[in-house]
Amino acid sequence: MLKISDLKVRYGGIEAVKGISLEVPEGQIVTLIGANGAGKSTTLRTIAGLVKPAEGRIQLKGEDITGLAPDKIVTQGITLVPEGRHVFPDMTVLENLKIGAYLRKDSLEEDLKWIYDLFPRLKERSWQAAGTLSGGEQQMLAVGRALMSHPKIMMMDEPSLGLAPIVVKGIFDIIREVNRQGVTILLIEQNANMALKVADLAYVMETGHITLSGPGQELMKDEAVKKAYLGK
Amino acid sequence: MEYIVSILLSGIAVGGQYALIAIGYTMVYGILRLINFAHGDVFMVAGLMMVYLNAAGLPLLLTIPAVLVLTVVLGFVIERAAYKPLRSAPRMSVMISAIGVSYLLQNMATYVTGGLPQMYPTIPILSDSVPLLGSNPKVVVLVTPFLVAVLVFGLTMLIGHTKIGMAMRAVAKDFETSQLMGIKIDRVISMTFIIGSFLAAVGSMLYFTNYPSIVPLSGAMPGLKAFVAAVFGGIGSIPGAVIGAFLIGICENIIKGLPGMTVFSDAFTFALLIVVLVAKPTGLFGEKATDKV
Repeated sequence: MLKISDLKVRYGGIEAVKGISLEVPEGQIVTLIGANGAGKSTTLRTIAGLVKPAEGRIQLKGEDITGLAPDKIVTQGITLVPEGRHVFPDMTVLENLKIGAYLRKDSLEEDLKWIYDLFPRLKERSWQAAGTLSGGEQQMLAVGRALMSHPKIMMMDEPSLGLAPIVVKGIFDIIREVNRQGVTILLIEQNANMALKVADLAYVMETGHITLSGPGQELMKDEAVKKAYLGK
Repeated sequence: MEYIVSILLSGIAVGGQYALIAIGYTMVYGILRLINFAHGDVFMVAGLMMVYLNAAGLPLLLTIPAVLVLTVVLGFVIERAAYKPLRSAPRMSVMISAIGVSYLLQNMATYVTGGLPQMYPTIPILSDSVPLLGSNPKVVVLVTPFLVAVLVFGLTMLIGHTKIGMAMRAVAKDFETSQLMGIKIDRVISMTFIIGSFLAAVGSMLYFTNYPSIVPLSGAMPGLKAFVAAVFGGIGSIPGAVIGAFLIGICENIIKGLPGMTVFSDAFTFALLIVVLVAKPTGLFGEKATDKV
């Protein structure tokens, strides 16, 4: 569904992404794992339109979306849950969800109900300022907010960052559930163990290159991956 | 007694006029973290537009909306031409650009007016005097606080309860995440300048009606005082700017009214700024950090 070919991204003189190609098939959970500074976040930010690529193409269902503005990318059905959640702290939970649907003009009732069913916690806290939520709740809100745009693909940047292990497990359950309901997921993680477990397809990224790819379960057994990312 | 009433009335009126300018400073700061030094001059140019459109023979009923529209266009164009290209530049560059725009407007005004004071047209009704509790204020003095209240109420509704208002709050907090929501930040920023310029234009009509004439530097002092008001109230906060403006307007007029103190009224305003910055750098309603890690 999403196809990236020979993508290169530069910040000033530094090349952060050095010509990567990857594919995200419809309905799957795809993960991109790698160490700090491998270029994972840059890749997602480029797809989202926040950064313009130097070279290469990004296609959604065969249509070229390279270098479109972020609002156009959202309209195309791609959304990004940013690293560190970035909920709007002074707005209520409900307002945060509504702003996720900023570009939509149709009724939001059904979708709000959908999100509240997925995350009953958010319903309880609907009128609370988002800044007062716990880290895990903020991550739920960030996911809910992203889903309000009706995405075909939801990209997630380090959803487990800074969360307690039990909460991380909850977040990954949610990722699976959202995927089961028809949303394709592109996930980047440093928590390679969790990510590989849920992933249908995984890519390993190192200093701007993709060095390895394959089904998540298979990569978990790969000796090099085990050594570098799973600590075994 | 009459004396006190008239001092208080004109203090409230001047405060209201400062408030309309201060909102423009505080909103732009809230979103761009930029102190828009050109704002006071936009206010002055709105006054000159009134002078020239009126001199061109346009009836007042058309001049007023025309001034409002043209000032809004001016604010919009300034942002697009002088600030937008510097969006990713260091904040200092944008500030210097703002100072440049300020001088440009002042010098253009000097060029157009030849540096001569221009008679501000009298707006009927607003310029009339009415007897009230023994004093004899102009109608504009009485109208200003109500008009300011209505405009501030409208603005609060816009920001709190509309989609564009929600977008403004989001952009003020976080550019990048706002973009991820599909918000076009340039549009939101333009909207901020449009609102600020509109209010400055309304403020200029109220303010200059109290003065016989207008010169190219007429915007500098009220602009500066409105800026002080915005800092006083906590820059970035709209209620703060309004309350700060009224306090400054009233205090200033009280000092003007004290025997022998008249010349110190401006000094008082700026002394107040220093005290506020020392005692409470974020102002009365300065931004509170609700960040939770």
